[in-house]
Amino acid sequence: MLKKQARFIFATLLCAVLVFSAGCGNSSSAPESQNGAQGGGETEISGSIQIAGSTSVQPLSEELAMAFMSKYPKVKINVAGGGSGAGIKAAQEGTADIGASSRELKPEEKTVKEFIIAKDGIAIIVNTQNPVEDLTLEQIKEIFSGKITNWKDVGGKDAPITVVIREDGSGTRGAFEEIVFGKDAKFTDRAIVQNSTGALRTAVAGDPNAIGFISLGSLNSEVKAIKVDGIEVSKETVLNNSYKISRPFIYMTKDEPTGLVKIFLDFVLSPEGQKIVAQDFIPVK
Amino acid sequence: MKKILFICAALSITSVMLIGLFVFIEGYPIFTKVGFFNFVFGQKWSPSDNLYGIFPMICGTLATTLGALILGVPLSIFTAIFLSEYAPKKAERLITPAVELLAGIPSVIYGLFGMTMLVPLIREFQKAHPSTNQIQSGYSVLAASIILAIMISPTIINMAKDALKSVPNDFKEGSLSLGATKWQTTWHITLPAAKSGIIAGTVLGMGRAIGETMAVIMVAGNTVKFPDSIFSPIRTLTGNIAIEMAYAEAGTHTQALFGTGIILFIMIILTNIFASRIYRKDAAAK
Amino acid sequence: MKPKTVENIMKIVLWTSGLATIAVLLMILAYIVSRGIGKLSVDFLTQSPRRMGMEGGVYPAIVGTVYFTLLTIAMAAPLGIAAAVYLTEYSKETFLVKSIRFGNDMLSAVPSIVFGLFGFAFFVTRLKSVTGGWSILSGALTGMLMILPVIIRNAEEAIKTVPREYKEASLALGATKEQTLIHVTLPTAMPGILTGVILGIGRIIGETAAFLLTLGGSILLPTSVFDPARTLAMHIYITAMEVGAMDMAFSAATVLIAVVLILNLLAHGISNRYSRFSSR
Repeated sequence: MLKKQARFIFATLLCAVLVFSAGCGNSSSAPESQNGAQGGGETEISGSIQIAGSTSVQPLSEELAMAFMSKYPKVKINVAGGGSGAGIKAAQEGTADIGASSRELKPEEKTVKEFIIAKDGIAIIVNTQNPVEDLTLEQIKEIFSGKITNWKDVGGKDAPITVVIREDGSGTRGAFEEIVFGKDAKFTDRAIVQNSTGALRTAVAGDPNAIGFISLGSLNSEVKAIKVDGIEVSKETVLNNSYKISRPFIYMTKDEPTGLVKIFLDFVLSPEGQKIVAQDFIPVK
Repeated sequence: MKKILFICAALSITSVMLIGLFVFIEGYPIFTKVGFFNFVFGQKWSPSDNLYGIFPMICGTLATTLGALILGVPLSIFTAIFLSEYAPKKAERLITPAVELLAGIPSVIYGLFGMTMLVPLIREFQKAHPSTNQIQSGYSVLAASIILAIMISPTIINMAKDALKSVPNDFKEGSLSLGATKWQTTWHITLPAAKSGIIAGTVLGMGRAIGETMAVIMVAGNTVKFPDSIFSPIRTLTGNIAIEMAYAEAGTHTQALFGTGIILFIMIILTNIFASRIYRKDAAAK
Repeated sequence: MKPKTVENIMKIVLWTSGLATIAVLLMILAYIVSRGIGKLSVDFLTQSPRRMGMEGGVYPAIVGTVYFTLLTIAMAAPLGIAAAVYLTEYSKETFLVKSIRFGNDMLSAVPSIVFGLFGFAFFVTRLKSVTGGWSILSGALTGMLMILPVIIRNAEEAIKTVPREYKEASLALGATKEQTLIHVTLPTAMPGILTGVILGIGRIIGETAAFLLTLGGSILLPTSVFDPARTLAMHIYITAMEVGAMDMAFSAATVLIAVVLILNLLAHGISNRYSRFSSR
């Protein structure tokens, strides 16, 4: 009993010290990273990169990260979401090594270095049970701005339309607003807000009267993409510009990229990286 | 020894106070920039247009908290009475640990349940009873209130039950020996005697409802608009902070979020003071 | 109405509400577990997630949860207990002490998201060079702030309820104040102190919002405190909301429920064991 309490307190403090020192010996963030970066064997490249931002770009980032990490096993690439707004902010403040955005940057945001890594279409999605197959751009604009409120006005069932959109900082939302709304319309204030690609897709998949928009690359069998002005959304139609609702995927860094980040960016823009992009998105090269 | 302890104490107290200070310093500018009344009672929240009115979110928080209390408190108190006065001892000894376990279930799990089971149910119900012009999405004040009520009931049940159990047996036996029924005893003697504990539990539950973020984001719809019925989607103060925290640019937008934090602080402090007043009044009256 | 009638009615009301409430609560757990048990396996617990969590297991989330909880407790428990000891044993009931206690109680009721807001703005952004930005360290510091009030309050209560006779007897036998503290007061107060610690653990294991923005949510296995990580609760949220892989979310939820269950049993076991030792 004598030493028991002291031992307990000592053990706790010792734990804390050990944990701290275990951390101190280890990798820190990338830009000031390791010697393997300048030549030397490829397997000596090590360090870590933090990517944060658009949830539309996230699946692509994960794929690219996996491929890169299997090439250089000592590298760790951590991918986080948060939305394009968060990615831009993280890049500006240096909180992340690479910020990801799924829309063009506004003039006041252009304090970071930009690298377009892919092109993507925005699919307008409805529930799989919805009989509507095709809408004009004007109809889409009026549905999302709240002028049209019932499916029967566009050829569907007699049911109120549930508009589902993304949060303010979403790049997909920003790109949609720019292309579909332009300057003269806004989202209806009755729209349901979901804060990620997946959440929006789930919301539309569960509600027979819902309509929303997500990245083409995130489309799956849970939801149905409708044609816009008769054009179906696909990699080909986005590439040849017949499908109008598209946007770039952009990686951003605070300053000119160096070291490990530069190696990764070069990889992403290389034929190898672009091949991975081409699986679900449209490559830029 | 005393010195070490003092340093530790000072360190922990200051780090805890640090938060209050930081939030206040970071959030205060929004009150001067936009004006306290414009901020708290402003009806438009649109950072891209420089509009920072959080009134719709305040209403969202109040609506869901009220809903949670209306749905949760009576049932919880009845359950507590059931467990402490009416349930057979063996059953009570089995059920109590179960309720304690439920109090520790993370909120995201309740949110998951709400998202996959409750929201579709409400949607189906709305379809069966449609009323004009109403959004039938299922994401609603009702969904959030039900989930919150479920989440806070273990807390209220536990504290109320403890309070009821700690009422001295002589009170109850005295009443029964005078010929009162069990319910009369409970209603007139036991409940009033346990009042402070029950109120403490309710306030704790209310604090939890006000502060709950995750589960509400998953079921409430997050629309920045006044609810016009229990089926309307809404956004709460905490939900707003959680959703916008990541992309709020340093500057007015972030200050607005910290300002929301200050408002939440104030709400919680007011609730606690109110509760401790009742507590003390009740204790003094004894 | 006759009292007997009221009595019978209320009996029915109470039995119904009691059983109904408990049934609802258990039904929710049953629903989660039934949808989640399908994907559970040893592989699930030991593998990393693939394709953003649509396949694979939850191993990094489990490791993240353990690492993160340990670090938070290692920082919060000693500080909190020391603070409680100082407040009860070494200081007088001055206005300063009373207002410290008041501030403490207020802060324990503050919504967790405000802690997250603070942690993101302070630890992740401002202190990035020290904490590594999104990292277990940032998360643990935030978590420490969240549970310090709870630990302090419970430890204070526990120490206060140690009977004066114990302390006086020890001092009367010639022990110093410190020896009394270490050998008599603290051991007797241990169940209450540990209750506070376990309550704290429960709170941070269940909290999601605040840690999404301080821990970072990476699916990779964390190897140091400067790495980002995710807890089980965060994994459930991310898998359900951002990815939409509901089955995986339910399975992760089942694992988390099991963890909470084990924590609860531990708490009961510890308090039983200690109260046997300090029985009067």
